[in-house]
Amino acid sequence: MLLLANAVFLRVISLTVNGEPRRFDAPLTAAQLIACLELTGKRVALERNGEIVPRSSLEQQELSDGDRVEIVVAVGGG
Amino acid sequence: MDQLIIAGKAYSSRLLVGTGKYKDFAQTRAAIDASGANIVTVAIRRTNIGQNANEPSLLEVLPPSQFTILPNTAGCYSAQDAVRTLRLARELLDGHSLVKLEVLGDPKTLFPNVLETLHAAKTLVNEGFHVMVYTSDDPIIAKQLEEIGCVAVMPLASLIGSGMGILNPWNLQIIIENAKVPVLVDAGVGTASDAAIAMELGCDGVLMNTAIAAAQDPVLMASAMRKAVEAGRDAYLAGRMPKKLYSAAPSSPTSGVIATVKDKAA
Repeated sequence: MLLLANAVFLRVISLTVNGEPRRFDAPLTAAQLIACLELTGKRVALERNGEIVPRSSLEQQELSDGDRVEIVVAVGGG
Repeated sequence: MDQLIIAGKAYSSRLLVGTGKYKDFAQTRAAIDASGANIVTVAIRRTNIGQNANEPSLLEVLPPSQFTILPNTAGCYSAQDAVRTLRLARELLDGHSLVKLEVLGDPKTLFPNVLETLHAAKTLVNEGFHVMVYTSDDPIIAKQLEEIGCVAVMPLASLIGSGMGILNPWNLQIIIENAKVPVLVDAGVGTASDAAIAMELGCDGVLMNTAIAAAQDPVLMASAMRKAVEAGRDAYLAGRMPKKLYSAAPSSPTSGVIATVKDKAA
């Protein structure tokens, strides 16, 4: 019974974050991913499978197994 | 007051500066303050996951409340990557629409790929971006980019990071003559005289990074560039005297000279 519960509720998903394969416990929202990466409060932008996830939707946006996520920041450049 | 107008917004400085290649953020900020620039370029890059989580970020050192942040697409070699980068930049900067588009064609020379640049410019203009576009010094491409709807055309003086100065002032002159949007020299400026020459040619502004950041004293060079851009602009507005091989009109009066021998040859 416990095993069955684990199978249903404690899924693990594989994401590609900034080009690197990573595994996370699901369910996982974009905002939770940002928190996992210690980027909460930082000025970042997030793209999921090539589409921008607006800041206002980060809390609602669920991430799925196989998603490609890019998280970017502004750095020095010319 | 003489101001640079880009996409309907006025800027007091005609010098735009990059924020790359500095020793640290303190030097970045000191150089940018010395340059007097209102508009500063930034690059968009992946976060370093798990590294330096508490390090200050560039936008804390250069807050968007004090500077107009101009995100660029440096390092992009396709229209698609450039467009994606600027969509991310717009989200990062809370809907900010002024961007610098550059699509490179070759990692060795950093020559722009003008075909990909044209494609990206069309998409970005359609999506409501105000595009300042880096391009070659080809007057036909510059005009096409303007016709697409770019808000400023930014031809190279010479290749990015080369410091070779203005290699083809004649092409720049044609671009300036044809353009109805601001023309800024972007890339290739090496020292203050290069910036002054660009402004004397009639450019509306100059964008540079390496010329300041790679100087022995970046903060002092930033100050020199500020003066050079201002001096070049004033000289352009003042209208230079015509060049002559020689002049029979000396600056001092010809009469009342005490000398009795008027002509050595006589």
